Amino acid sequence: MKSIVEVQQLIKKFPVGNGFFTALNEVNLSFAEGEFAGLVGPSGSGKTTLLNIIGSLDVPSEGEVLVMGHPVGKLTAAQAALLRKQQLGFIFQSYNLLPVYTVYENVEFPLLLLDLPASERKQRVLETLEWVGLTDKVKSRPAALSGGECQRVAIARAMVKRPALVLADEPTANLDSENSHRILQTMLKLNEELKTSFVFATHDEKVISYLRRIIRLQDGKVVADELVNL
Amino acid sequence: MLLFKTALQSLIGNGLKTWLTVFVLSLAIVMIIIMQGILHGWSRQAIDDAQRWELADGQYWCGGYDPWDPFSLDSATASIPEPLARQVEQGLLEPVLITQATVYPEGRMQGVMLRGIRPGQQLLEIPTAVLRGDSMGPVPVVVGAFMARQLKVKLNDEMILRWRDKNGAFEAVDIRIAGVFKTAVPSIDNGVLWIGLENLQAMTMRQGEANILVKSEAAEVIEVEGWTFKTVDKLMEATLLLVKTKSAGTSVFYVIFLLLAMLAIFDTQTLAIFRRQREIGTMVALGMTRGQVVKHFTIEGSLYALLAIVVGAVWGTPLIWYLSAVGISFPMEAAEFGVPMADVMYAAVTPGLVLGTVLFVFVVTAIVSYLPARKIATMNPTEAIRGKIL
Ligand SMILES: Nc1ncnc2c1ncn2[C@@H]1O[C@H](COP(=O)(O)OP(=O)(O)OP(=O)(O)O)[C@@H](O)[C@H]1O
Ligand SMILES: [Mg+2]
Repeated sequence: MKSIVEVQQLIKKFPVGNGFFTALNEVNLSFAEGEFAGLVGPSGSGKTTLLNIIGSLDVPSEGEVLVMGHPVGKLTAAQAALLRKQQLGFIFQSYNLLPVYTVYENVEFPLLLLDLPASERKQRVLETLEWVGLTDKVKSRPAALSGGECQRVAIARAMVKRPALVLADEPTANLDSENSHRILQTMLKLNEELKTSFVFATHDEKVISYLRRIIRLQDGKVVADELVNL
Repeated sequence: MLLFKTALQSLIGNGLKTWLTVFVLSLAIVMIIIMQGILHGWSRQAIDDAQRWELADGQYWCGGYDPWDPFSLDSATASIPEPLARQVEQGLLEPVLITQATVYPEGRMQGVMLRGIRPGQQLLEIPTAVLRGDSMGPVPVVVGAFMARQLKVKLNDEMILRWRDKNGAFEAVDIRIAGVFKTAVPSIDNGVLWIGLENLQAMTMRQGEANILVKSEAAEVIEVEGWTFKTVDKLMEATLLLVKTKSAGTSVFYVIFLLLAMLAIFDTQTLAIFRRQREIGTMVALGMTRGQVVKHFTIEGSLYALLAIVVGAVWGTPLIWYLSAVGISFPMEAAEFGVPMADVMYAAVTPGLVLGTVLFVFVVTAIVSYLPARKIATMNPTEAIRGKIL
């Protein structure tokens, strides 16, 4: 199967005080197209850090990460922006909705960047909002939403452009189990129908139960990488 | 087009705050235009008044004549030389002779400038016709309203006038207030007593002499030795500077409005952009390029200015029209204020002034939006999202 992400000897250090903190230590991973995988590990194990680098939001300290053949450590800001715009969907752990925009506008934003025609934008936005169950909130602004609703907007925004790779950081942390299951099932459906690849970071059992591959992280190292037999 | 849309959505999303900023900005624009307009109108009025009452189309000054130095007066008089004398005869030039004197209204003593002018002159608005008088009785003089109040005299009051003639001998005569005029030009009112030219020439034994020749428009400027011609522009230089400093000093408001405008822009744009770091980081994370982010915020800032211009036009146009057509009155006497100032001042608002102000606010808004956005857009998106302080 076609490889979509190659993580090679990845080390990520953050400056703290006058030394460094090693958040990722010699990580080697490979994700194929159509993967439904999850990074699982305790808090602080480096899940978000790894997703950020795969998402070209941050750069490796050492080693390299190839995303669809592009080495994220060597991309210019413009190239990285293009990669994110066209191929990646990001679900942030802290939602990061744009507060001045309505739910509709937040979800429409990635499509505006892609320059899609208005009618197509509208159709896709409404369709996506429907499967996260937010059709009654299209005109609300993030400040007026509950945590779970914000999370669903963040999910819709990442999914609306049908990216090749979705990076989902604790996407269900604030969702009730009914919404969690519905959304995970839809993701699974997209994964099967469109071959969309998913990489989760989670410690939610509900999410873990859907994963086809579980990668366990501890202190910045991969300690286990196993496929789930269905 | 895309960035215009995202910027506009952001503007609308800001809701009430947007309108508050827009209103404050429009307030600043309109007020700056009004202040500048009044200053401009004031200057224009000052020139106009000065021309009608004192300068006409310029003045010849004799030798070292210095209006600020009364001791120069005696050495700065001369008999009017031939080519100019002919113009005086034709009424193209009005000679003015000046000397220091003292008056004694009701026993009090007060120094004055005695200015001689021909009673028949038509060039200046000073009511000189009453200076003709008759050969009998006290010598008629006219004064400005401010001077009349200073001397505590009214029409037809009489008093003693004392002066020194050309040879330094003291003389005295009875004078009578034959006229009181109201003027917006303090330099011909404050401390000045107007008297018939021939009277003054006889009193000082300076027949045919003058310090100043006021030129009418019809007269040609002639080069004459011992006399220098001063244009209106030159003569108004000091006054206009005074108007400027006076109005700058008194219109603290001007500065306040300018600061207010800056603050409004600064708060909604500069500060807000730093506050919106996380938002910018998110936009970059979603695939916006740095250039697009910077453009988005610059457009957003410019839209504020644009809206402010529209809003300002809506409520400012009638106000500005009122101030230029009807004017505002200041209950102050010109001479008291020390600068030429009419009772009613009109704002002189030119298209250039409006355009300049609008452009100024527009450019400033764009710049204060552009600079911080550029700074943040170059941040690593994860750091911007974490809200790391620059
Ligand atoms: N910018 C940074 N500067 C310094 N340290 C950082 C930075 N980002 C992350 N870290 C550190 O790296 C480690 C891994 O962080 P990361 O956010 O990847 O953890 P995580 O696995 O996502 O945890 P959680 O489950 O709580 O979200 C943490 O100890 C964190 O303190
Ligand atoms: Mg995390």
